[in-house]
Amino acid sequence: MYVAVKGGERAIENAHAWLAEERRGDPSVQELSLDQIREQLALAVNRVMAEGSLYDPDLAALAIKQARGDLIEAIFLIRAYRTTLPRFGASAPIDTGAMACDRRISATFKDLPGGQILGPTFDYTHRLLDFKLAADGEVPEAPMRAAEADDVPHVTDFLNREGLIEEAPQDDTPPPDLTREPLEMPADHALRLQALTRADEGFTLGLAYSTQRGYARNHAFVGELRIGSVPVELDIPELGFAVEIGEITVTECETVNQFKGSKTEPPQFTRGYGLVFGQTERKAISMALVDRALRWEELGEDFVGAPAQDTEFVLYHADNIQATGFLEHIKLPHYVDFQAELELVRKLRRDAGARDMQEAAE
Amino acid sequence: MTDQAYNFAYLDEQTKRMIRRAILKGLAIPGYQVPFASREMPMPYGWGTGGVQVSAAVLTPEDTLKVIDQGADDTTNAVSIRSFFERTAGVATTTATDEATVIQTRHRIPEVPLREGQILVYQVPIPEPLRFLEPRESETRKMHSLEEYGLMHVKLYEDISRHGHIATSYAYPVRVEGRYVMDPSPIPKFDNPKLGEMAAIQLFGAGREQRIYALPPYTQVVSLDFEDHPFEASKADQCCGLCGATDSYLDEVIVDDAGGRMFVCSDTDFCTARQAAGHRGQDAA
Repeated sequence: MYVAVKGGERAIENAHAWLAEERRGDPSVQELSLDQIREQLALAVNRVMAEGSLYDPDLAALAIKQARGDLIEAIFLIRAYRTTLPRFGASAPIDTGAMACDRRISATFKDLPGGQILGPTFDYTHRLLDFKLAADGEVPEAPMRAAEADDVPHVTDFLNREGLIEEAPQDDTPPPDLTREPLEMPADHALRLQALTRADEGFTLGLAYSTQRGYARNHAFVGELRIGSVPVELDIPELGFAVEIGEITVTECETVNQFKGSKTEPPQFTRGYGLVFGQTERKAISMALVDRALRWEELGEDFVGAPAQDTEFVLYHADNIQATGFLEHIKLPHYVDFQAELELVRKLRRDAGARDMQEAAE
Repeated sequence: MTDQAYNFAYLDEQTKRMIRRAILKGLAIPGYQVPFASREMPMPYGWGTGGVQVSAAVLTPEDTLKVIDQGADDTTNAVSIRSFFERTAGVATTTATDEATVIQTRHRIPEVPLREGQILVYQVPIPEPLRFLEPRESETRKMHSLEEYGLMHVKLYEDISRHGHIATSYAYPVRVEGRYVMDPSPIPKFDNPKLGEMAAIQLFGAGREQRIYALPPYTQVVSLDFEDHPFEASKADQCCGLCGATDSYLDEVIVDDAGGRMFVCSDTDFCTARQAAGHRGQDAA
């Protein structure tokens, strides 16, 4: 016997209680602290800050803990928190030329002013499971050297002196903000970069990879990849000058792309640009490749129908919070719509059956 | 963080003002999709973030809120959204359609006719009725502005030539005041006739797609059809097993392992009220 189900409320409460218990896991195992997550799962924290669009390692660590390590869920927690925060102002543009670099490499020049700095990278590690780490995570101190005090110039500036790479003229137009204005097409360069920097890492990586495999190939060289901290300055109207309010770590990738020239442009290299919060190298390189692919129109290239060239396709599907929300919502009840479909299919089958009978009779 | 740390109905006042402007614009141009800067909400996209933002923007402390999903007040997501507004706005809530001043709904219009002074807020997944004919937003916006709806009629015609019927059973497109073609959200087409000439205000919120649209009271809303294939509001050809109603939209419920089934009102408040008034269906206890 069917009775209209009451008890949604209790079911939800119980589910939440169970979830909290599962999150904690075996209580005889020591609980994770936020410090541990922030310090030892730093790359997860960085991804959550980047795609959550909020630079706060402690909150990102909390979100990761609360989300049981599901990074998209953690990003969602950060986004939902961020949207409630008041806006006091906008910072001055950061100067990555003045970055205190932890890592700075160029794939286009063997040596260059500022030097190649490998930094803390997985690049040349052998991916062998380190069973010692399972027992003992203590490490010997890494060798130290005094940091260079000088600014590290951008590789693209060297190419620029010869006119070999397209100009990237300074533009002081305040950039649009897709968290405050609806995303509408056409999207200018600044808006595309904002969407890409908070886009899902996996989606961006897949698109970037597709350009390397021939879907709008753009022959990218990593002109430069740098990771380090930069000061953030805010103009205080009451003071009349900018004040440093803190430091953030960012990853910047500038690609140098082959370009044969078009009707309007002489042959020269073109640029792709990626800038992402934290040490987020894979994402920054992917972003630069996708950025370059999306610039086909302003460079007078052909639209070859590749997904990475299609601004509307890329920007409308790159946000993992939107994507996962809509994807997962199909597990919510759809009884009413399904019932309507059921009636329709039954009716169509009845009609088809009647037609067959009639044809057989004829 | 305590609930008091958030503004009334969660959203800050600037955001509400932005949403109210979009709502007013929507009411001024019935059926037109107004872009708005949808915020991340503390529930996922697809769970009704558009509806929740619209409700948050129109709620006042004196309002009485009802939330339904699939017609029912006790569906888990309806419970969750109702408790969200109980916590963040402290408004009175109800399951009785006639007591509510704001009703947020997913996939249904209540059976009891709404009256002036009530607001019906729809949760909308895909606001663009032309989306599955043309995936590009830049194109569909152009089609709306040029009133170029031929493609939609061709689609409906193809349905008829292939199946003998228009094969759309929910989210059935409508034309508003002879101008905009509008997606009524995934309500069954049984509910379509209630959209037109409704005394209440109807607001539609699509959070992920960042669109709001609206139907002011007593707006003409016509379901698309052809002269020789007129629109037909369909439902299961049964009556409610619990209250015996013959004119309400029914859910089909499988009741045993042998595939036995019964039909019950999808609108739980309607069904309960009828049972309280002494109506009994054939399966009532």
